[in-house]
Amino acid sequence: MHFLEFEKPIAEIEGKIAELRHMSDGDGINIAEEVSRLQGKVNKDLRSTYAKLTPWQKTQVARHPERPHCLDYISALITDFLPLAGDRNYSEDAAVIGGLGRFQGRSVMVIGQEKGHNTESRLKHNFGMARPEGYRKARRLMELADRFSLPVLTLVDTAGAYPGVGAEERGQAEAIARCIETCLNLRVPIISMIIGEGGSGGAIALATGNVVLMLEHSIYSVISPEGCASILWRDGDQAKTAAEALKLTAQDLDRLGIIDGIITEPVGGAHRNHQEVFSKVRDIIANHLQDLLSVEGGQLRARRREKYLAIGRLSET
Amino acid sequence: MNWLTNFVRPKIKRLVQPREVPDNLWLQCPACSEMVFHRELQKNLKVCPHCDHHLRVSAKERLAILFDNQKWTEIELPSVQVDPLKFRDRKKYTDRLKESQAKTGLKDAAVVAHGTMGGLNVVVAAFEFSFLGGSMGAAVGEAIVAAAELAVLQEAPLIVVPSSGGARMQEGILSLMQMARTTVAVDRVREKNLPYVVLLTDPTTGGVTASFAMLGDVQVAEPGAIIGFAGARVIEQTIRETLPEGFQRAEYLKEHGMVDMVVHRQDLRDTLVQLLSLLLHRDPAAPVVALDDPSRKQKRPRRRIDAKQLTSPPPDPSVPDAGLFDPDSNGDGSDKA
Repeated sequence: MHFLEFEKPIAEIEGKIAELRHMSDGDGINIAEEVSRLQGKVNKDLRSTYAKLTPWQKTQVARHPERPHCLDYISALITDFLPLAGDRNYSEDAAVIGGLGRFQGRSVMVIGQEKGHNTESRLKHNFGMARPEGYRKARRLMELADRFSLPVLTLVDTAGAYPGVGAEERGQAEAIARCIETCLNLRVPIISMIIGEGGSGGAIALATGNVVLMLEHSIYSVISPEGCASILWRDGDQAKTAAEALKLTAQDLDRLGIIDGIITEPVGGAHRNHQEVFSKVRDIIANHLQDLLSVEGGQLRARRREKYLAIGRLSET
Repeated sequence: MNWLTNFVRPKIKRLVQPREVPDNLWLQCPACSEMVFHRELQKNLKVCPHCDHHLRVSAKERLAILFDNQKWTEIELPSVQVDPLKFRDRKKYTDRLKESQAKTGLKDAAVVAHGTMGGLNVVVAAFEFSFLGGSMGAAVGEAIVAAAELAVLQEAPLIVVPSSGGARMQEGILSLMQMARTTVAVDRVREKNLPYVVLLTDPTTGGVTASFAMLGDVQVAEPGAIIGFAGARVIEQTIRETLPEGFQRAEYLKEHGMVDMVVHRQDLRDTLVQLLSLLLHRDPAAPVVALDDPSRKQKRPRRRIDAKQLTSPPPDPSVPDAGLFDPDSNGDGSDKA
């Protein structure tokens, strides 16, 4: 288990538990009582720590390497998954995963960013930072979904679009803009979930759903706290302050009326119990999907567009 | 009137009371470092006469360059919630807003106006870069939405002239949402088969490029304008390489297929009029002065912009691209509606 800075006290107790277990293996001493006492303390501490995470701590949880990623959700929630590749213009971009599959038996299109879980896969998926090809692929798949009346499920988890020379030359901005445009124009239900990090334009490209949900400890922001700190505070070390000022937590966004719901995470964060997260997510998607499927396509599109057109309008806030 | 009053008195006066000579009548071109007389610069639409460098122009100056006879009607924009996040960095966001408002005389970083261009009714939304870097928050989003709605209402083409660092961080997620919002707005114009033209000016980056600014039916750019998604510094830090020559400049974007044309500011208005006339099946634009002449078939004259209309106080040399427009001069022909 990878422990975050603020989890140090918890890590120490868990270390003790592991030590005790190791000792008991060797000597056959019964330490069950002590272990369960310590385990109880761990749970209590986790609960109290995670109940009052600061925005900066949430940022770290949202980026936790063991947090379930896009491909984990796909393998848990989607059967018959058939990945599709390429933007038909330039190349395949593995930062964006997309494909057909079944959610509870129903055909759907799933699109999301994958960060990878070890060095090799992180490199393969470019740490979840898509190039224009990724957004053009997403767009292609959304249009495909539209033609075949497949609901679209998007899983957002990215630090942002990739800032590179090639990405700029091939029109990163245009690719994101068109992706947003396409997403807003579909006549099929779109459910977007921020599962980890919703980083700026690279995130919103996949996140203009009819329903937008966030995991309890995920973040969604116009700029990373680090980036904001270095620009507005001229000091990258002010990231903690910037994280607070930016109002980037799921709870903040819910209060601001930007998202439609928060998915509760297990005690100690999604990374501590993947299965529990998957089953919650499954139920929530099923509910929303059922609601959205009863709405006519033109209505879905019109409502989605109206919703975004109104954000920031005085009468709405 | 004699020699004493005409000659001696003024001379004495001058000695006693030093005449107010405005400083900074000369401006150094940020590109070639040549000194340019401010009047000459204004006459040249703020393009350096030595090296053709296009200096930034204010939103109002932009309107003066585009509209016929420098006449337009600015529309009042709906109010938005101010400082929704109660944001404070080293300064309060509300203070930054007030400073920019005092500096520019504008409520926020975009101005929307309608008027004629080559006789065609057109709606223009122009950005003011000196207002918090032209950044897009709810107010700018509102400006784009209002401009799009006006274009639809008037069945007029929409021209948006961005000059922006991107989304306004101080409005957090609400500024990010303006990307989706403005996208819907300009889509509505396009769905009515009305031309939507983007004139990319220096600089257009970040969330603004990744939404409405890259969705034009036709994309026009000013020479040398920086246009891109990620900032050059961010890219350099990420890839740890030096960037290619001319990276993210208008010409570079054209080479890579991202804009249709790079047009010199002197030719800008004529080119846009030509473009809109072609898209709208209109005859070549008539001379501006002969609008009511029904038999307008003459060759379109090259438009000259009256420099006097653009006169303004001398620029501050410490800010090379400071907007020269004086909001109090009222020489812009605008009348608020």
